[in-house]
Amino acid sequence: MRIYLDNSATTYTDPEVFEAMKPYFFETYGNGSSQHFFGREALAAIDRAREQVAAAIGCKPSEVYFTSGGTESDNWAIKGAAHAFAKKGRHIITTRVEHPAVIKTCEALEREGFEVTYLDVDGEGFVTPEAVEAAIRPDTILISVMTANNEIGTIEPIREIGAVAKAHKVLFHTDAVQAVGNVDIDVVRDNIDMLSMSAHKFYGPKGAGVLYKRNGVKIERFMDGGEQERNMRASTLNTPGIVGLGKAIELAVAGMERNNAHIRGLRDYFVKQVAARIPHIRFNGAGDFSKRLPGNANFSFEYIEGESILMRLDLAGIAVSSGSACSSGSLEPSYVLLSIGVPIELAHGSIRFSFGKSNTKEETDYTVDQLCKTVEFLRELSPLFKNVKGEEKYV
Amino acid sequence: MYNQKVMEVFANPQHMGFIEDNDGVGKVGNATCGDIMEISLKIKDDVITDAKFRTFGCAAAIATSSVATGMVIGMTVEEALKLTNAKVVEYLEGLPPQKIHCSVLAEEAIKAAIENYYERTGRKKADGDGELKYV
Repeated sequence: MRIYLDNSATTYTDPEVFEAMKPYFFETYGNGSSQHFFGREALAAIDRAREQVAAAIGCKPSEVYFTSGGTESDNWAIKGAAHAFAKKGRHIITTRVEHPAVIKTCEALEREGFEVTYLDVDGEGFVTPEAVEAAIRPDTILISVMTANNEIGTIEPIREIGAVAKAHKVLFHTDAVQAVGNVDIDVVRDNIDMLSMSAHKFYGPKGAGVLYKRNGVKIERFMDGGEQERNMRASTLNTPGIVGLGKAIELAVAGMERNNAHIRGLRDYFVKQVAARIPHIRFNGAGDFSKRLPGNANFSFEYIEGESILMRLDLAGIAVSSGSACSSGSLEPSYVLLSIGVPIELAHGSIRFSFGKSNTKEETDYTVDQLCKTVEFLRELSPLFKNVKGEEKYV
Repeated sequence: MYNQKVMEVFANPQHMGFIEDNDGVGKVGNATCGDIMEISLKIKDDVITDAKFRTFGCAAAIATSSVATGMVIGMTVEEALKLTNAKVVEYLEGLPPQKIHCSVLAEEAIKAAIENYYERTGRKKADGDGELKYV
């Protein structure tokens, strides 16, 4: 058995995407900046991908900048805006549940003297537009709120936050790495000035990403060197990756309704089964599934630790991700789970299951069975579970 | 990140459970840190005749508990007090650096159990007990 339920970490490259990329390794391998026909052919392919991205998120092709991935896009958007607007103000608003690519970037700016407000979220991981508005100061230059959370799948009200940002004339960036392909995005309708995405989250290749930046928004260039990407991002363009990203986003948007229905069906069934069969659990994130990524389920299992759950499932041929300390090698449990009020002991026992378009009902049934066995086995082994059968809970 | 040996032990841990009529119990760690180990010992004439563990923790914590309990069975309490985390790590053919603390916890759990045995039999405390962490 090889069951992949970690589609939020990465997805496989769709065979159709891979097919689209292949010519750009062997035949059309020119440098997109070269003047000769090899270069022009590559550039044509890159321009086509730019149009595919623009069509998918409702922007102009000239607003699409190819990057190496989500982390680079986040770094560029936030640092680029902060440095460009430092004279106007040095205050940034974000949330406590952002991906490290945003949080660590903000922390780096704090060390440069910028001030960052990290907004609290509610028990399901939501930040409110009102909280964003209340945090805006005269010197606020940027708001960065993720479209959807990578751990608990909560979809933030970015359209409303975008409207707040627009009303106050503050730049709005969203890390949409988890959302693209799963959530309908329109940067004009949603008042988004900058958006980060990464191809390998929507069945594209790794190492290819996009920063969408609305025309007229001036940020600093990210890498110095050649004049690629309208002189904003030096470095030879990754033609196969970009072609793959373009194909992947086209397929993702065209198939979103069908894929989401399938993925959501599996996730809902899984959640129902787990809740019915395993006692002493906590379901983390949005309870309203219309405000949650279709494939995401996040559970805390009382009295046992997440990494051992992950590794027992691994032995059973199931790949999941844990929000607990040990798996990442740090001693802190997931800050996202702590931010939504999961007690620290419980946060240690959390697992994220993320379904993708190729998962099946059979795989889901097998996973539920194995999860039941794993949880039972580890609880039998846990000195904490003994106590719940007796009188105390935690010692 | 775990080697094959650790995975084997984790897949099939030995000496799980709790000895009800034990002669010594040691429990170390805490849930906030994500690791609790409880080791119970059966001791006859200062020889450990049985050892069992219950562990809340990661794969390394479970593997080191299994190894440490297996190692002390048949040892005298004096010998078991000399069991070091390094021996446990050696048996497992290495642990990732951030998991070494699990082997330390296993050593401490054994020491705490023997300490408890000494207390119950009214004998003087083991060496270095001041550093043991009880929960």
